[in-house]
Amino acid sequence: MKLRPLLRRIFVSEELERQYTNIAKPVGTLGYDPWGLNVDTNIVAMALFKPIFEKYFRVETHGIENIPASGPALIVANHSGQLPIDGVLIAYALATRKDSPRIPRAMIERFFPTVPYIGNLLNQMGAVLGDPVNCAKMLGREEAIIVFPEGVRGSGKLYRDRYQLKRFGNGFMHLAMQHNAPIIPVGVVGCEETIPAIANIAPLAKMLGIPYAPIAVPFIFPAKVILNFGQPLHFEPGEITEDEVTKRVDKVKTEVSRLIDKGLHERKRVF
Amino acid sequence: MAARRKKTKPELLVTGAAGALAQQVIARLREKYKVIAVDFREQVYLGDDVPSYRIDVNKRGFEDIFRKHNITGVIHLGRMIASEENRMRRYNSNVLGSHRLLDLCHKYHIHKVIILSTYHVYGANAYNPALIDEGAPLKAAELTMDLIDSVELENLANIYLWKYPDLNITVLRPCNIVGPDVRNTMSLLLSSKYCPVLAGFSPMMQFIHIEDMADAIVAVIKSQGHRGIYNVATEDWVAYQEALDRCDCVKIPVWSIPPIAPRLISNMLQLKSFPPYLLNYFKYPVIIDGQLFRSTFGFTPKYSLDEIFSYYRNLKG
Repeated sequence: MKLRPLLRRIFVSEELERQYTNIAKPVGTLGYDPWGLNVDTNIVAMALFKPIFEKYFRVETHGIENIPASGPALIVANHSGQLPIDGVLIAYALATRKDSPRIPRAMIERFFPTVPYIGNLLNQMGAVLGDPVNCAKMLGREEAIIVFPEGVRGSGKLYRDRYQLKRFGNGFMHLAMQHNAPIIPVGVVGCEETIPAIANIAPLAKMLGIPYAPIAVPFIFPAKVILNFGQPLHFEPGEITEDEVTKRVDKVKTEVSRLIDKGLHERKRVF
Repeated sequence: MAARRKKTKPELLVTGAAGALAQQVIARLREKYKVIAVDFREQVYLGDDVPSYRIDVNKRGFEDIFRKHNITGVIHLGRMIASEENRMRRYNSNVLGSHRLLDLCHKYHIHKVIILSTYHVYGANAYNPALIDEGAPLKAAELTMDLIDSVELENLANIYLWKYPDLNITVLRPCNIVGPDVRNTMSLLLSSKYCPVLAGFSPMMQFIHIEDMADAIVAVIKSQGHRGIYNVATEDWVAYQEALDRCDCVKIPVWSIPPIAPRLISNMLQLKSFPPYLLNYFKYPVIIDGQLFRSTFGFTPKYSLDEIFSYYRNLKG
């Protein structure tokens, strides 16, 4: 028996199988989509991630019903914690929500495809190379996409800069306008404390061809995570100047910042 | 008189006639068209109704075929693949030969030309998006000198496409063509018992059955119009290593980092089915979007991936 179906039989509960069957997945006859998502790997990852989501990070979600049940959508969140744990938590929350679960796609850094094993594994779990063409094609196929407009500026930030939003790129706004996709802002609280970094060895990162080389304890701390999903924001499509696009991006950034503050107020303790 | 004229079939020239794809195309067209078969490798006998020539496009005598026959369309499938011959010969055949063929097409007022290209022209690199459409830049030449002739052939076709619109050129960029009698790199790999894989890399791939590809070419000939460039691919995808599993191949992992390592191994072993210049295609995906072709020509492939792989499974008994 092949490994993936075997793991699926061992780890995936009947309840999860039932739930997963009801999620629309635009895959081909062998269970793959063009970006490499594989239904077997995806559901096994979900099953294995359940205790991490529920017991380790004790994730609390508020307003997840704000993500539409179908159609293109951009889920825009703050990025933190060195590793893309925030993306996985948001994806898991949406894939397991009670009503109309969806498998969102997370955009990942451009160096991942060059890493043996990891690159393919992330693709099979549903992650996609962060490229505007990929994003546009997926929105065209009515997918929900998780975007971190801060990019590595956010994930690589140091502990002393926690919960301070870095510059947002404008790309996601152009795509949202082109595809008439709603933007659902998300404030992630807790991931900043999972891998606190005190410094970044930039020359080492450059030498290794990776975005950053943090000085941090090689351990993922079990910080309590709160995900606050805001109301969908709609932006009229049409030709506007880049300054106007930036103003719209700032509007999203302000909303993400508000949701972070909300999460920080809701949090009783860090761990 | 009118009845006699009605019986005259339009004449089509098909290059690369000794190849499996060309023979599938000819079999589909011979009823409605008079097909003239040409190949530089051998003179193929395809029946008394199919005049066949063994000649290189670059030879002076090639023009006589245009003089003897009233050719109205050309299907140019006679492309040397990268594993054949050396760079210079491939360049002469694929680029200079195609240049001459297109010049003759213009001189003899051909009004339909189909050129078979390949998805390899897009190049395989880590930053490729999926579902590449026809407007994407062709990056194969920056990877290896061995694919320059493929990119140059496309450039040439593009020049003629815009310079002589009456030639009605359609360039087809298919994904991996596989199936019975196909002898390209991918088909050789899937037929083999032992197949090299780059450790830790299993890029997404697309496959089209040779019969579906022949149907695609016939669809272009029958449509007459629709000049331009089209990707040809099914809407189904699979990871390379899973494709090998499904063909009952035994995977042999090749050390993949640093990138020089697999190149050295491939050079050393001189593997025809795992050549150094195609290594990146076994590492990074090149997934093309065939939607434009499917909607323009109403094309629906018949063979599923499972049917394609079952042929290779059965080959191994």
